[in-house]
This record gives sequence, structure tokens and C-alpha cells, in this order.
Amino acid sequence: MNKKRSLLERDGVLTIITSVLCVILGLLVGFLAVLIINPQGAFGAITGVVENFFAYSSSRLRIYNFGSTLAKTAPLIMCSLSVLFAYKVGLFNIGAAGQYALGAGAAIYSAYCLQLPWYVCLLLGILVGGISGALGGILKAFCNVNVVISGIMLNWISLYGVNVLLKPAMDPSGKDTFRLLKKAKDSVLPNIGLDKLFENNKYVGLAIPLAIVMAVIIWIILDKTKLGYELKATGNNPNAAKYCGMKENRNIIMTMFVAGALASMGGAMFYLTDVEQWNVNASAVPGMGFNGIAAAFLGGLNPIGCIFSSYFITHITVGGLNVDLKIYSAQVSDFITAVIIYFCGFVLFFKSVIIGNVKRRTERKVKALAEAEAKKGGTKA
Amino acid sequence: MITLLNYTLAFAAILMLVALGGCVSEHSGVINLGLEGIMVIGALGGALVMKLMPTVGGFGLFFLVLLAAVFFGMIYSTLLAFACINLKADQTIVGTALNMLGTALATVFVKSMNLKESAGNNTSSVIKYENKKAFFTNIGNFELNWFMIVALVMLIVVFVLLYKTKFGLRLRACGEHPQAAASVGISVFKMRWAGVLLSGLLGGLGGITYITTGVSEWKFEEGVFGFGFLSLAVMIFGAWDPIRIGGAAILFGFFRAIGRVYPGIAFLRNLNIPPAVYNMLPYIVCLIVLAFTSKKSRAPKAEGIPYDKGMR
Repeated sequence: MNKKRSLLERDGVLTIITSVLCVILGLLVGFLAVLIINPQGAFGAITGVVENFFAYSSSRLRIYNFGSTLAKTAPLIMCSLSVLFAYKVGLFNIGAAGQYALGAGAAIYSAYCLQLPWYVCLLLGILVGGISGALGGILKAFCNVNVVISGIMLNWISLYGVNVLLKPAMDPSGKDTFRLLKKAKDSVLPNIGLDKLFENNKYVGLAIPLAIVMAVIIWIILDKTKLGYELKATGNNPNAAKYCGMKENRNIIMTMFVAGALASMGGAMFYLTDVEQWNVNASAVPGMGFNGIAAAFLGGLNPIGCIFSSYFITHITVGGLNVDLKIYSAQVSDFITAVIIYFCGFVLFFKSVIIGNVKRRTERKVKALAEAEAKKGGTKA
Repeated sequence: MITLLNYTLAFAAILMLVALGGCVSEHSGVINLGLEGIMVIGALGGALVMKLMPTVGGFGLFFLVLLAAVFFGMIYSTLLAFACINLKADQTIVGTALNMLGTALATVFVKSMNLKESAGNNTSSVIKYENKKAFFTNIGNFELNWFMIVALVMLIVVFVLLYKTKFGLRLRACGEHPQAAASVGISVFKMRWAGVLLSGLLGGLGGITYITTGVSEWKFEEGVFGFGFLSLAVMIFGAWDPIRIGGAAILFGFFRAIGRVYPGIAFLRNLNIPPAVYNMLPYIVCLIVLAFTSKKSRAPKAEGIPYDKGMR
């Protein structure tokens, strides 16, 4: 049959439809939850979350805050790429949060305490997370330790480790580290002129294009190279891959190194733009890594899709600050994100339902055609 | 020394309950990574009872709190069961989503409840320390937490259930070879639902145990500090066997307890190790222990794989 495939049967279109479906369901459940908690102002809360910077009246403020949202999107893109890369090889990198923390820690330490230039800080940050990721890979490859469990353990170890490491960089007037823009100007990522586009928002800079470039590179590696093919084969069927002479253990360790490096690059990038400072007494693993899981699946496990899904999740997370804090808390957006991930688990189910529907419809059409033909044939004979 | 014992047993009780929950669920063939979220929601249920019924005291309160935690835990676990068993969703994603959802849901709910009561009260904690005293009995210097007894009872119950009853045999069959189980007339779906609901029950109990022991004030936005995952490690170290899980829980509880009480022990205080190292200790020990014990895995063979009737 060289019948043209219907639009709905194309995988890319299907992925976009299911992702949008997940988002709509997530927002709907979020709205219902807010409505149950406190009906007064529920609609305002959800529109506030969705609007984010559009809620500002002046266009200057809107553009400025669009820039800030973009600056916060960059690290999320990196975390989602990290989760995605590991997932393609059949590994679930829940340790992205810890690797992100390590990247941040190494970058801030080498910036403030060692006063190194920004590219060295970034590189060190990438390396530390990569090593941590590889450690999880080694434990999986040689000791058969579940990557999810070792990832969670490494998350907590990394968090406490980074807190100890950054004690000397703490600003005594608060509980955060010093502002790098004041104390280590050479270590801050350059703006490369992008700040001018966003009403002189000094947080907009190299990080954003860098994250997008990384997404493209990951896409090329996974889809267009022999290495990517081997890695994906290992993920799909480790035994078959082994049989074909692919080195399973090497692939696992390398994958986890890359995944760790991606996540920690996100952490290093974010703190080297100085949007936020590290809280030295932090008692919770940074949520960025977990949001990375959401972004990876919402993006249909496609590196380019991750750019858009990361932006969306950052958009609603920042928008969470718009809710009326006298009635609700900013965690409303965390709640919506969590619901979206929950529905992302159903992607396969959604897809099979849509495909099933399309198939049934075409079958019916074919059947009707055949019947009509049979009738015609009957009159002829 | 008595405080060390006290904390060890308290933490062991939490880990034991939750690990048993994971164990039952995995024996039925479903990996329950959402235990952390289930703990939070179970704790929310128990905490709400404590807050809303301040007049009920003693054993009556204890019973109601238990009931609420169990109920909330089980209701929440239906989210996992429905997604993973009926819709064949990826168990890792759904579990992770439940963890995030549990903390976010509880925080949003509790914060807005506090805000409604008094404007500007933007905290996410529900119960105060005094309420919790109802659940302790002092035997000399040893503070017996009633939940320790609950944990012990559940340990025996789970052991008997899994290895001495018809139900247990069927449940384990569904985790080892569901198609074979189905061929002799066992409903795999029902058994797996039962496994996940039981893990919700035990996870909820673990959650309420967590907030009534060890921590003086607990904020919902902090979650349970990876205890759900530590419990999964306890379960793996315990080789999916209830009795061994009991032992493993005490070992991990001990390392957790050291982090809590080390300033009171002269020998450890004199070592001058930064406190963060003690905080890391249970996680590091967990990694090392897993590295040595995971090679010969005794995990149920079909865990994590959605049941497909057509696959034989």
C-alpha cells in the first residue's frame, strides 16, 4: 500500500498533540484543585500562572521579564537534555538534581574562592557533574545498582557536599553566597550583547544560546551518528546490543557521564549568570533536576522539543509568583508541573487511543468502499 | 546511649514500614517509586486528624490518626495503580510524578489552610510538638513510640501474609511470572491492585511515623528527605524478604540516628567532623551496601513490566 499516511499517524504530530493534551489536563486539574481549596480568586490564580510576564502593564517590563524567564529556562533545558539522553539508553537519570547542584557548587567555588575566568568555572562545573554521573554508571555497570536509587543517594550526598564547599563563599549578611557580579566579575558569563535586546536585562547572556546549541548537538549525536545508534540499541535491548559486539558497560558509563555533565553544565551556567545565589543552608535538593524530568517527557523525548517544554515549565513556574499570596502559595505551579508529568506517563496510552481511532476510521472507510464496489460488481454481473 | 537506641528504633520503624510497603508492591510486580509521595500524603492525613480533633486524646486519637494515614495513603496509591496497571504507564515516570505531586499538593493545601485561618501565616506545618506527646510512653529513660510497636506488628503481618497464606503465594506468582499465574485462573490485575494498595497503606503509616518522631517541627514543603528511597534501598538490601528487611531497617536507622545524636557522644564530638558528613552518612552507607549486595539480585522477575496478556 502506498497510501499516504494520515496526519494523525505521523509520530511527530502525535507527540505534539499528546504533549499539548498533557498540558491542558495539567492546567485543568490545577484549576480544579485551586477551586476546591479556595473558590474565591481561583480563576485569577490560574491565569496569573499562565500569563507570567504578560501580566505587566508596560511593554518594557514585559520584555525585561521575558528575558528573566529565558535566563531561567537555559538551565532547565540542560537538565531535561540530561534526563532525555540517559532515558534513550534505558537509564533514568533522577540524579540530575544532584549533578545540577554539583555543577553549581564547583562553578561558584572556582569563581568566588579561586577567581577563575568564566570558561574555566564552566568547564570545572561540567566535569564534576560528569564524574558524579559516571559514578552512578559504574555502580550500575559493575555492581548492578539501580540507577534510580544510586541517583537519589548521590543527590543528597551532593547537596550536603556543596553546602560544605560553599561555606566560605557565604555572604554573612544573609544565608546565600556572595553575588558574583560584585565579587567575581570575570567569572560571570558574558552577555554577548543579548542584554540590549531585553531592556538591559543583565541576566540574559551566553547561557541561552549555549543551551540551544547543546540541544542541537544532542539531537545530532542521538539521531545522526553511529555512537547514538549504538547507545540507543543498548537501551532498547542490552542483550542484542551485546551480541552485536557493542560494549554495554562502556556505553552505560559513558552515557551517565554525558548525562551528568549536561545537568551540571546547567547548574554552572545558571549560577554563573548570577540570577540567583546558592543557599548554603539548603535542606532540599534543587527542584531543577526534577523539573528536568518533566520537561524531557513533555518534550516528547526529543531534544528540540525539550527547548519548548523547558520554556513552558519555566514560564508557569515563574508565573506561580503571580498568584495571590494572601490566599494561595507559589507552589501552585509546582503542583501543575507534577500533574503534567503524571499525565506524561500516559503518553503511550494516549497515542494508542488516537492511532486506534484513526485506524478504525480508515478501516470503516475501506470497508464501505469495498461494499460499494461489491454492489457495483453485483449489478454488472 | 539510650537516646541513640531511641532514635535508631524510631528511624528503623519508619524505614521498616515503608520498605515493607515497597516489598509487597514489588512482589506483585509493580515498582513503587512513589513511596516518598505516599508518605507525605499519609502524613497529611494523620496530621489533619491531630489538628482537627484536639479534644480526643490518648488511644482514641492514636487509632484515628492511624486510620487517617492509612486511608490517605491508600487513596493516593490508587493513582499509581490505575496508571501503571490499567493504562500500562511507565512505572518510573509515574512514581516520580507522585513524589513531586505529593509534596506540592500537601504544601499548597496546608499553606492555604494556614492562610485562611490567620492572614500572613505562610508556613507549611500543621502540628505542634505538644500534640505528638500523646504517642509516647516513657519506660525509664527510653521513650517508647507507639509506632514502633505498629511497625513490629506489620512486619509479622506482612511475613505471614506473603509466605503463609494463599493470597501471598498468588501475589508473589504475579510478580514472578504473571502469565503463568493467569493461566491457572489468578487475576493479575486484581493481585497487582492489592499489592499497590497495601504498599499505600504501609507507606501512609510510615509517613505519619516520620512526622511524629525525630523531627520537632515538620514542614510539608520539605518532604521526607529521601526516606522513601532509603526504604527502597533497605528493601533491596533485605533481599525482598520481610525478616531481613527488619534487620536492614535497624542497620540504616542506626546510621541515621548517629547523625542526630552525635553531639551528645563525647567520642564522636571530639573527632571534629563537620555536621554535614553525619547528614551524608546514611546515604553513603546505603551506596556502599548496595554496591556489594546488588550483584546477586533476588528481585521479583516480572517487576516493572506491565502485564500483557498476549505475552507468553
